[in-house]
Amino acid sequence: MGRPARHLLTALVAGAALFMLSDSVNAFTDDKLASVGLFAIALAGLTLLTGLAGQLSLGHGALMAVGAYTTALLLEHTRAPVAVAILAAVCVTAAAGAIVGLAAARLRGPYLAGATLALAVALPDVANQYPHLLGADQGIVVNPLRPPGWLGPGFAPERWLAWVSLAVALAVMVLLANLATGRLGRSWKAVRDDEVAAALAGLAVARIQVTAFVVSAACAGLAGALLALAVGQVGSGGFPLSLSLSLLVGIVLGGLGSLAGAVWGAVVLVYLNEVATSAATHLGLSATTAPNLALVFYGAVLIVVMMAFPTGVQGWMRRLAALVARAARPDRPPGAPAR
Amino acid sequence: MRAFLSYTLGGITAGMVYSAVALALVLIWRATRVVNFAQGGLAMVTTYLAVTLIDRHEPYWLAFAAALAAGLLLGALVEVTLVRPLARRPHLNAVIVTLGLLVVAEGAAGLIWGGGLRAFPAPFSTNGLRMGHTTLDLSPFDAFTVAAVVATMVALVVLFRATDLGLRMRAAAFEPEVARLLGVRVGRVLTLGWALATLAGSLAGLLVAPGTFLSPNYMDAVLVYGFTAAVVGGLDSPVGALVGGLVTGLALSYLGGYVSGRLEALGALAILVAVLLVRPAGLVGSTSRRRV
Repeated sequence: MGRPARHLLTALVAGAALFMLSDSVNAFTDDKLASVGLFAIALAGLTLLTGLAGQLSLGHGALMAVGAYTTALLLEHTRAPVAVAILAAVCVTAAAGAIVGLAAARLRGPYLAGATLALAVALPDVANQYPHLLGADQGIVVNPLRPPGWLGPGFAPERWLAWVSLAVALAVMVLLANLATGRLGRSWKAVRDDEVAAALAGLAVARIQVTAFVVSAACAGLAGALLALAVGQVGSGGFPLSLSLSLLVGIVLGGLGSLAGAVWGAVVLVYLNEVATSAATHLGLSATTAPNLALVFYGAVLIVVMMAFPTGVQGWMRRLAALVARAARPDRPPGAPAR
Repeated sequence: MRAFLSYTLGGITAGMVYSAVALALVLIWRATRVVNFAQGGLAMVTTYLAVTLIDRHEPYWLAFAAALAAGLLLGALVEVTLVRPLARRPHLNAVIVTLGLLVVAEGAAGLIWGGGLRAFPAPFSTNGLRMGHTTLDLSPFDAFTVAAVVATMVALVVLFRATDLGLRMRAAAFEPEVARLLGVRVGRVLTLGWALATLAGSLAGLLVAPGTFLSPNYMDAVLVYGFTAAVVGGLDSPVGALVGGLVTGLALSYLGGYVSGRLEALGALAILVAVLLVRPAGLVGSTSRRRV
C-alpha cells in the first residue's frame, strides 16, 4: 500500500472512531471536540513550518485572526454560504502569509520570527483602530453553524460543529501528510538541514521556504474561520500574543514536525485551559489572575521540553513502540542491542 | 511645524530607548546567534522589582540601581542555566527556550504583581522645558533618557574597544574556536555578554515605564520596536543599533502623530518588511546577504 493510501486509511479509521465518540458525549464535550479539531489544523500547519522547514512563526494567532475576521465580515455583509466564507478565509490568510514570508525569506533565521512577532503585537491594535468595520473589543457577531435539515430538527448544533471541524481537520491531516512525505516535504527538510547543499542540489531555497510559510498560513486561516464559527464572535481581544505562543507550546509538546504530535498538542491545549482554570479556583485566585497560572505552565513546558525532551510526546510514543516491538520479537532477548 | 518639531523630539527620545533594546539584542545575537525574545520580559521583571522597592519608600535611585543589578544577574543566570546547555543543539531550540522564559516571566509577574496597569515614577519632571514663553516638547526626563542611553553606549564602546576584556569578548563572538585555543574562557565571556545585554534591556524598561504604565506585557511592543531597530541597523552592529533605533523611533513617532498611535506596531512590521526586501543587510550592516 502506498503512503497516500495509508494516510487516507488512517484518517478514515480515526474519522469513524471520532464519529462514534462525538455521538456518545454531551454538548459540552462536543464543543471541546470542535476546538480540538480546529487547533489541530492550526498546529499541524505550524509544526510542518517549524519542524520540517525549520522556520519559527510567532504570529500564527494573528493569522488565525485574519481568517476569523474574513469569515465574519463575509457572513455579515454578503449572502455567501459558510463554505465559501471559509474558503475565502483560507485564501486571504495565505496571501497575508505570502507577504510576510516573502520578506522574511530574504534572510532567514530570526527574521521570520521577529516579523511574525510584530504581526502578533500589531493585529489587536489594528482591529481597535477601525471599530466601525472590525467591531473593536466587542467584535463582530457570527451566527452559529446550523445543522442541515436531513439530520432532523432536534440535532445539537454543537455536535454538527464538532463533525465539521473534525472532518475538515482529518482532510487537512491527509493533505499535509502527503505533502510532508512527498517531494515538497523532502525539499523543506533539505533546506532546513543545509541551505547551501540544498541550493547546490538545484532547489530554489527562498521559494521553498515561502511555500512552507504560505501552506502553514493557510492552515491558520482555516483554523481561524472555524474558530469564528465555534465562538460565535470575533473581537480584537480574542487573538493576543499569548495565543500565538500557546500554539508554539502545542507543537513543542507534541514534538516538532510531527502531525500526530499536533493532535496531542491540540488535546492538551484545549484541556489545559480547563485544568488551569479549576486549579486557579482551588488556589483561591481571582478570575483575572487565573490565566497567568496557565501562562506560567505554558512557559515552563516550552523550557523543560526543549531542554530535556526535544522530541515531545510523539517522540516518546515512538520510543515506547520501538521497545514494545523489540520485546515482542522472540528471536532476540529484550534489552539486546539493536542492530 | 510645531507639531513636526514635537513629533521629532518625541521620536528621538523613543528612538534612544529602542536603541537600548536593539543593542541588547545585537550583543546577544553577535555572541550566541540567538535572538533573545525574553529581553523585554526580563526588563519587565526588573522594572517590577524597582517599583516594589519604591513602594517600600526606598529612594528612586536605589531602586534604579537595584533593577540594573538584577538585570545583570538575571542575564548571567539565564545564559548559564538555559542557553549554555543548548549550545550544541540547533539555534531554534534556544530561541524557543527564550520564548518560554518570556511566557513564564509574564505569567509570574501577573501572579505576583497583578495584571493591571501600574504607574511608575520618573526621577525628573515629565513636563516640557520652558524656553521663554514657549514650552518645548522635551522634558527633563526625556533629556535624562537620551543621556542615560548615550552613556551606556559610550561605556560599552570603551569596554569593547579599549579594554583587554572587550577584546576577548569580541574574539569569542567572532571566532569562538580560535579564541578558546588562544586561552579565552569563551563560556565566561558569553555569560558576561548576556549579563551586559540584559542590563541594557533593563535600562530600557526603566525608561519606558513612566510613559506607558507598567503591566506584565508592557514591553512586548517595545521589544518589537527594538527588534525592528536592530534589523534596520543590520542586527550585528552596535552602531547600527543606535542608528536603527533613531530611524525607527522617528518613523513611528511621525506615524503615531500624523495617522494613529494604534498603527505603530503595524508600522514597525512595514519597516521590517521593507528593509528586508530592499536592503536585507540593514542600513549600516556589514554582513553581506547570504547567497545560496
